[in-house]
This record gives sequence, C-alpha cells and structure tokens, in this order.
Amino acid sequence: MSIRIAQIDKTYGRTRALEPIDLDIHDGELIGLLGPSGSGKTTLLRIVAGLEQADGGTIHFGERDVTHVHVRERRIGFVFQHYALFRHMSVFDNVAFGLHALPRAQRPSSGEIRTRVMQLLEMVKLSDFAARYPAQLSGGQQQRVALARALALKPDVLLLDEPFGALDAKVRQELRRWLRHLHEELHFTSLFVTHDQEEALELSDRVVVMSNGRVEQIATPDVLYRQPANRFVFEFLGEVNRLEGDVEDELLTCGNARVAVPEVGDGRHELLLRPHEIRLAEHANDRAHLPVTVTAIVPVGAEVRLELEADWLGEPWQAAVSHADFDRLAITRGKRLFAIPSQLHRFDTARPQTLAPSF
Amino acid sequence: MVRIGDAPRVKRLLIGIALALTALFLVLPLVAIFAQALMRGIDVYWHNLSDSYTVAAIGLTLLVTLLTVPVNLIFGVFLAWLVTRFEFPGRRLLQTLIDIPFAVSPVVAGLVYLLLYGRNGWLGGWLDSHDIQIMFAWPGIVLATIFVTCPFVARELIPLMQAQGAREEEAAVTLGASGWTIFRRVTLPKIRHALLYGVILTNARAVGEFGAVSVVAGAIRGQTNTLPLQVEQLYQDYNTVGAFTSASLLALLALLTLAAKAALEWRAARRETAT
Repeated sequence: MSIRIAQIDKTYGRTRALEPIDLDIHDGELIGLLGPSGSGKTTLLRIVAGLEQADGGTIHFGERDVTHVHVRERRIGFVFQHYALFRHMSVFDNVAFGLHALPRAQRPSSGEIRTRVMQLLEMVKLSDFAARYPAQLSGGQQQRVALARALALKPDVLLLDEPFGALDAKVRQELRRWLRHLHEELHFTSLFVTHDQEEALELSDRVVVMSNGRVEQIATPDVLYRQPANRFVFEFLGEVNRLEGDVEDELLTCGNARVAVPEVGDGRHELLLRPHEIRLAEHANDRAHLPVTVTAIVPVGAEVRLELEADWLGEPWQAAVSHADFDRLAITRGKRLFAIPSQLHRFDTARPQTLAPSF
Repeated sequence: MVRIGDAPRVKRLLIGIALALTALFLVLPLVAIFAQALMRGIDVYWHNLSDSYTVAAIGLTLLVTLLTVPVNLIFGVFLAWLVTRFEFPGRRLLQTLIDIPFAVSPVVAGLVYLLLYGRNGWLGGWLDSHDIQIMFAWPGIVLATIFVTCPFVARELIPLMQAQGAREEEAAVTLGASGWTIFRRVTLPKIRHALLYGVILTNARAVGEFGAVSVVAGAIRGQTNTLPLQVEQLYQDYNTVGAFTSASLLALLALLTLAAKAALEWRAARRETAT
C-alpha cells in the first residue's frame, strides 16, 4: 500500500522537530530515512505509525486518510530498535500476541493461530525456538522475532526504527541481506530509519536524507551518491577530503600545492573530494601538483586506506588505493608522493558542481 | 595485595559489631516478646488470646487491612501509571506529594482527619446531620490507615516502571491491543513482583499502624481498638502478659511478612540467574 505524507510538521516545546515534510512512497517500496541523530527521522516514522501526533499535515495509506486514526487501527507493523519483545512471553506468544488481541469476531481459531505463527517462525528461521523466552535469544534472533511479530497481522505498511542499530556488524550484514530478500518475496511497503549510510544505501529503493527536521534529498542510492543535492548530503554519505585555496585564472593555489580548476571564478574556494577520487603518483603533472606524505597505512578488504599529510593541508586527507597501486608505488610510511584528483566537488554555487578535468 | 578494609582483623571486627548490634536491637526484643507472652504457660496464652476484647481487636485489624490493601493497590498502580506514562504539568509535584504520608508524623495525619471529619470539624457537622459517623468508628480508622500506607505500592512501582520504559506497551498497541489488554497482558506481568512487594509492605504497615489510628479511634474497648491499640491499653492496665500476647501476634505477622519478602526476593534472584 502506498503512503502519502503531506505537509507533516511537529514541534516539541520550542524545538522544531520537523519542518513541513512531503513524501510519497509507492506500493511495495522500501524507503530508508537517513540522517544524524536529532534530524527528525524517528519522529517522522513515529508519526506515520501513529505513536506521535503531528501538529499539521495529512497521512494517507493508499486512499485511506489515517491522519487521525489511532495506532491500533492503522494496520501498521512496527519494529523497535531494542526489539521491545514481551519479556515474560515465549517466542510463540510474542508472535501470536496481535492475533490473540483481535476482537473475538475477527480472531482466528487457536489452531489457525498456531499454523500462522509457525509459518512466520519458519519464515524467520526460528521454528525451533518457539518455546524459548526473549532473554534466551541472541540480539539478531530477537530482532527476527520482532519482525515476525510485526508481520503477523499482515500490516499495510512495515515501519522499522533503527532495526539493526543494536547489533554487531556481522549480524547486521546478515540481517540486512535477509530483510532485502524477505521484502523481495513479500513486497510489503516499508519505511525504515537508520543513521548508517551503508545500511540505507544497501537496503533502500530510495533514500530520504534528513537533517534538522528537513528533507535534504530523496533519491535512489545511485543518484544520491553520484549527484548529491547539497554539501550536507555529500558529507553525510561518506568520507570527505577538503581543499581550500585561492583561485586565479582557473588555477587553485594553496601553499606549494596547485591544481587546475576549470570554470571556477577567481577568489577563495573550498573543494571537496572522496577518498577513492584520489590517485597517487611518483610525479606531479602539469595540471595537479599536490605533494603529500603517507602517514598511516590500513589495509581493509579490497583497498588500502592511507592517511596523507602536507604543509598545505589543514587536516589530513584520507585516500583509498588498490592493492595493485599500493604495490606498484611501493608505498611505505613517510613516503612522499603526489595526489592527483580524478574529480572535485563544489558546493558554494547555487547548484552543486562536479569538476572532472582530464588530469 | 589486600584491598582497603579487607584485612582479616578489620573484617572480623566489623562482622562482630554488626552481629552484636543485630542481636541486641532486633533479635533480643523479638525473643523477649514471645518469652513474656508465654511466661505463664501456653494455657494462659490461649486464654489471653480468646479474650473477647482481643478477639474484637483482631477482627477490626483484619477488616481495616482488608479494606486498605485493595484501595492502595489500585491507587498505587494508577498513580505509578500516571506518573511514568504521561507528561503533564505538575507531574514532578505529584511525585513529591506521594511522599507526604512518609514525611509527616502519623499522629499529625490523625489530627488532620480529626479536624476534617470530627464533630466540630469542617465536614463533621454535615456528616453528623446525615448520621454518618467517621471519627471514633471503623471508617475513620480505615481512612487514616489508607493515608499512612498509600505511598508503598506507588513507591515500589514508579522506579521500576521508569526503568522499564513504555516500549513493550507501544509494541502492544501497534499490534492492535486495547488499553485493558495491554495492562493485563504486558504491564501487569512486568510489574508483578514489585506490586506484590508493595502489597506486602502496605499490609504490614496497615496491621501495625499506631499513631494515626490512635488519634482517630478513640480507644473504645471491643469496638475501635485495633491490635496495636489493644497492646497499649492492656499494658497500661498492668496486664503485661496480655499485652505481650497481642504483641506476639503482631510480631508473628511481621515475621511472616519478612519471610514472604525474602521468598519473593529469592525467587526474583533465581529468575535473574536463570535467564
């Protein structure tokens, strides 16, 4: 079922938690709300759930106006960050809770409830754990129980608040993949909150980036990464290196460092680039002369992360190079090399600009 | 390496002092009560117990307790729910007000009730003209006891419910549960132990309350004497054995309360380690 959020806003006392927000979620879409803490993402999620009341605006599930519908009747499934399982009930009873709470007329027979619960536990691969209590399960298992519980009533929309936030990295990865599969299988419309950009990019069909109660950008992960709408989005979506200097005749100078910046006017400018947008070389070329010293080496997976320092840099740069380049250049700590940017990003103009000069 | 305060001599000395003080101030008086009560033998003990005034006092004490405990159980749960689940102006003030019965002397509480409901009191005239007697009768005793014991349940529940938060309740409401279902199936099982503990304390205090009750009861033998009042009166009549017989009942009740409390704590500890 689609969700249409129109002009939803919220103020707590004197703090503006949400500026008026518009968001259309298509049927079957998996949407990530991404932002730092205090950005209003959880507030928005809880308003969609009905756990908080908005000050103004409307929410529709499909054609149904749910703005003033009580949580109980909204037909949502909600998964909490810390699972919020009923600690005194077995896994089975947790999942069956919603079915048992139905009015007598709609309540399935206990046989049907049993079948349905066992199906759900099968789906989250916890059939053998039906009689256990939440405290006897690992964090990942508890979160799967919470998910099965939320899906038991076949909700119109599934809402997840930092669903994997309390789990360790490996379990998180597994659960993400698993949720993705489950979503592909069942096609529920889903909205989830996260502060982890990797999680948002990996799981979402589209990502809503929020800060200070505002929506900064709504886009597919691909577009978000390549065409960030503004500096906040760019900085939030990954590590960023800064280069500040004076531009004269399309040449930026900063101490003894120089780099060509086509189509940039004269004056003081700040340019940004990602770690993987830095190439290292033995020699400078005529368009980029950026001498750096390698001060730290961290091999991580397919790449080697380097920390680069220089007199002309305020704070060190982070660079990511392939193992092949690392070996070819025989990089060691203290080695002096030249950085050659493949792209530079500029956010001090009305529209963000990416400079990709052929260095 | 010996930690500070861990030297064997210091340890033994501290344990010795603690044991000696416990024996002197707690165990010895308790033993004395039973020794005095049974001084003239078991027959006299039974005779004293079956004295009609004592029987009446036991009955009244039971009545007061039976009325007080349920009232304060409901009131305490309601108050704890209100204070921990809702934000409203005056919430902190209310939390402080809950402690008033602990803070003021019970005698003062009794006097206030006398001022309100007594014959010359603010409501007394009206009550009198409608032939309702509160002071110097069991309703007054019940009211005073309710006042004195009302913080126990709420005081047990509030910190627990604050620590537990409302996430499970929120989860239940997203699953379509009604308020009553949430209370019965989610909240109540979570607070069961603390609630029971609060009830035990309320019960102990309701049975043993002296100060407030003595002001509002008027000490009418066989009618408005609760057990603690009966003890005092017997003692003033120089009936030491009789006084200690009644006192032994109260002491027995206290011991039962302690046992119940210990059992609860033991069970709770076992649950903790089991999970």
